[in-house]
Amino acid sequence: MNRLHIFSLLALVPYALALSAPAHSQNVLIRNARVHTMAAQGTLERADVLVRGGRVVEVGSGLAAAGATVIEANGRPLTPGLFGGITALGISEIEQESSTVDRAALVDSGTSGPGFVPRPEFDVTASFNADSAVIGVNRAEGITFAMIAPSASGTLFAGQGAVARLDGGDSPFVAASRTQFLDMGSSATDGVGFSRGAQFMLLEQATREALPGKPLQAGDMRLLTPTGREVLARYLAGGRMAFTVDRAVDIRQVLEFSARHGVKPVIVGGAQASQVASLLAGSKVPVVLEPLLALPGTFDQLGASMENAARLQRAGVPIMFTHFSAGTNQAHKARQGAGVAVAHGLPWDAALAALTSTPADVFGLSAEAGRIMPGSPADLVLWSSDPLEVTSIAEQVWIGGKAQSMRSRQTELRDRYRPTGLTGGPAVPAPRE
Amino acid sequence: MSWKQLGGATLAFFVWSVQASAEPYPSTYQAQSSAPVLIRNATVLDGTGRRLDGADVLIRDGKIVEVGTALLPGDATTIDANGRWVTPGLIDVHSHLGVYASPGVNATQDGNEMTDPVTAGVWAEHSVWPQDPGFATALAGGVTTIHILPGSGNLIGGRGVTLRNVPAATYQAMKFPGAAHGLKMACGENPKRVYGERTQAPSTRMGNVAGYRQAFADAEDYQHQWQKYEAEIAAYDRKKAKDRDPAERPVPPKRDLRLETLVAAMQGQVQVQVHCYRADEMAVMLDLAREFHFKIAAFHHGVEAYKIADRLAQEGVCGALWADWWGFKLEAYDGIWENLAYVDAPKDGCAIVHSDSDEGIQRLNQEAAKAMSRGQRAGLDIPPERAIRWITSNAAKALGLAGRVGTLEPGKMADVVVWNRDPFSVYALPDLVYIDGALAYDRNHPPATPRSDFLLGQPGAAR
Repeated sequence: MNRLHIFSLLALVPYALALSAPAHSQNVLIRNARVHTMAAQGTLERADVLVRGGRVVEVGSGLAAAGATVIEANGRPLTPGLFGGITALGISEIEQESSTVDRAALVDSGTSGPGFVPRPEFDVTASFNADSAVIGVNRAEGITFAMIAPSASGTLFAGQGAVARLDGGDSPFVAASRTQFLDMGSSATDGVGFSRGAQFMLLEQATREALPGKPLQAGDMRLLTPTGREVLARYLAGGRMAFTVDRAVDIRQVLEFSARHGVKPVIVGGAQASQVASLLAGSKVPVVLEPLLALPGTFDQLGASMENAARLQRAGVPIMFTHFSAGTNQAHKARQGAGVAVAHGLPWDAALAALTSTPADVFGLSAEAGRIMPGSPADLVLWSSDPLEVTSIAEQVWIGGKAQSMRSRQTELRDRYRPTGLTGGPAVPAPRE
Repeated sequence: MSWKQLGGATLAFFVWSVQASAEPYPSTYQAQSSAPVLIRNATVLDGTGRRLDGADVLIRDGKIVEVGTALLPGDATTIDANGRWVTPGLIDVHSHLGVYASPGVNATQDGNEMTDPVTAGVWAEHSVWPQDPGFATALAGGVTTIHILPGSGNLIGGRGVTLRNVPAATYQAMKFPGAAHGLKMACGENPKRVYGERTQAPSTRMGNVAGYRQAFADAEDYQHQWQKYEAEIAAYDRKKAKDRDPAERPVPPKRDLRLETLVAAMQGQVQVQVHCYRADEMAVMLDLAREFHFKIAAFHHGVEAYKIADRLAQEGVCGALWADWWGFKLEAYDGIWENLAYVDAPKDGCAIVHSDSDEGIQRLNQEAAKAMSRGQRAGLDIPPERAIRWITSNAAKALGLAGRVGTLEPGKMADVVVWNRDPFSVYALPDLVYIDGALAYDRNHPPATPRSDFLLGQPGAAR
């Protein structure tokens, strides 16, 4: 039996593009795509997308552009680049090798003071490594932007994260996306008073220190450093704070704290969020959830259900997806999670929005980001088939109009160890100009 | 003297002696009684590599009777499966359900006896909590047979057990009747980290290998003690009654549970399952198996299995793998999407999708779909009827159960999944799951209360 059958797939032009084109900004015309605009135009069949100067300039049919690289999509789906979720991309190469991990600031508290040092001023963007092989692997799976987030490891305040565009460039971070991360609930109690109540007590205490007009008296025990107070004060003036929390009662506490101090909260986790869905919907508080969660990993997650996404969406809560795993090497699995959420009742378009336009909106990217419309950054993915389907593959990724390399450390290994007799992959025709 | 030099009669007697009772902690599993069922007009992937369109599956007395077209129902209840797909019940060869149960609190950490690098005497089944809510979610993913192993903190972690995925108050009532035990061994980073941090052996990979070798050398010595005893007692028993002096009756050696398990491995009575990531370490383990005359059923995790796919196929060793886990530790850094497809490619290649995860076990079909798709893209011809073997018949083979489950051949145990559509899709869900011919799960008629006692009366329990 000859199982070494070479597929005669339709011409996969993007392969050639990836191999031959350096990553400079191009004028690109993507023709005959199923375009999921995530904007007013909805989903367009057999549509064209014209990219110039790193942005989408036109979406329609029968478009032409002299000198543009033409990509024949043959009806395949084109989506905005996908959001990788709450990740450690670029700040953790190999989770179990601490010398490659920069997720947390664990500064020794010394012999006096509390048992932990909250450092809201810690900023993970300072150690972001755009060359990480982990980023290359995830980008080739269609992930073009992600929240790069610190982890608290029992210090209550994890510090500051921001959304990065994964184009390998020198200034990947979106300034408006800055977010302060806090780890609440059962997974954080060990280092923080051994009680959920103590977490909120310490949070209030730190907040009081940081608020203007609350001068500390000499001899007061301070939780924060002067820089920490300054940084936290910025977030208390209408900034965004992401709370990793699952339990309904703790979500209520977070919402009350946020209302009291004018903070824009984001719930990360939210296994029990659907129990307080109307509360979340009422104040449009978004939830970043793991759609594959069906079991209570902790007591805080009792009631976990794969219908969480559908229930929250029905109630009007903005949702986004993330994949929690050992490290974030598989951030791309959020796409599979989105498909699973659809199988469990979430409308398909809502699932794609949770990976594109919703995170762009929640984290303060431009109004056109996470969409395909005139003015959108040309962060695009051409898929082999249904972008939420596990058998689909990202054929080509563009960020800012630049065709990204579809090669990674994994494709190098794949090709080195290809079984004898396989010439591998689809035919590679030359790009059309 | 090696084991192979012993005579068969001695072997049989030895086995009988060491295992003082035929099956301690025996299975009390009873198949549910069931009426005959005819599933009609489905796309059937039978687990042997065949696909039948518009086919029927007849189940009677808990067994597969026939797969074909236009079968006569007789007294069977018919199920119209037009547009739906039918596969064998899925088998996960690597799970810690019950031994690392949900919720993952201190009290449920029963999977790793990390008090000694060689704990071959422990049995995972003695940690299994049948109320783990993960059993029910795995069933909703079509999983009917599960192999539960000890963790990988030790060089030799103990015996694994194969369970039927049925609700029960005791694990014995889930235990797969007649299934061999597994033996869990582990390469690489985990054992050397666990014990190295305590500044005890092993703290290096060479320490790991010395640890396995000494353990098996001890087992050989133990085996010789028993052989000596067997010879002596046989000579004693050959004497005429009047010549026997009860005071001189040979005394058997004291049983050593640890060494007993290793001897059982050398005798081929347990299926040896080896946690191993790197290709070079797998090769060392193959040499170890040769040195001590045991057979490795499967390498588990094996993110570098693709580098030695031909060797694994030649040795008849399966690769129980993930579709896309990689990079969480250095020995997993070389993971690729095509691992399963490459291991499957050689003649006699045996690729298995395993979970090692209470999340992954709910979607083995999706893991297989991802790997199938990437293999196709790499140029391999892997149709669904081939890939389904990765989560059915190949898994059964690695557990020593190829004759009983994993395909829809006549006479096999009637573990059957009716999918709402092509199972190699993210949108696919099992509609019906049969175990030994009895309906174990019906998506459209879910039970009113959770299967797990633990979830009763908890938030979200009544939904």
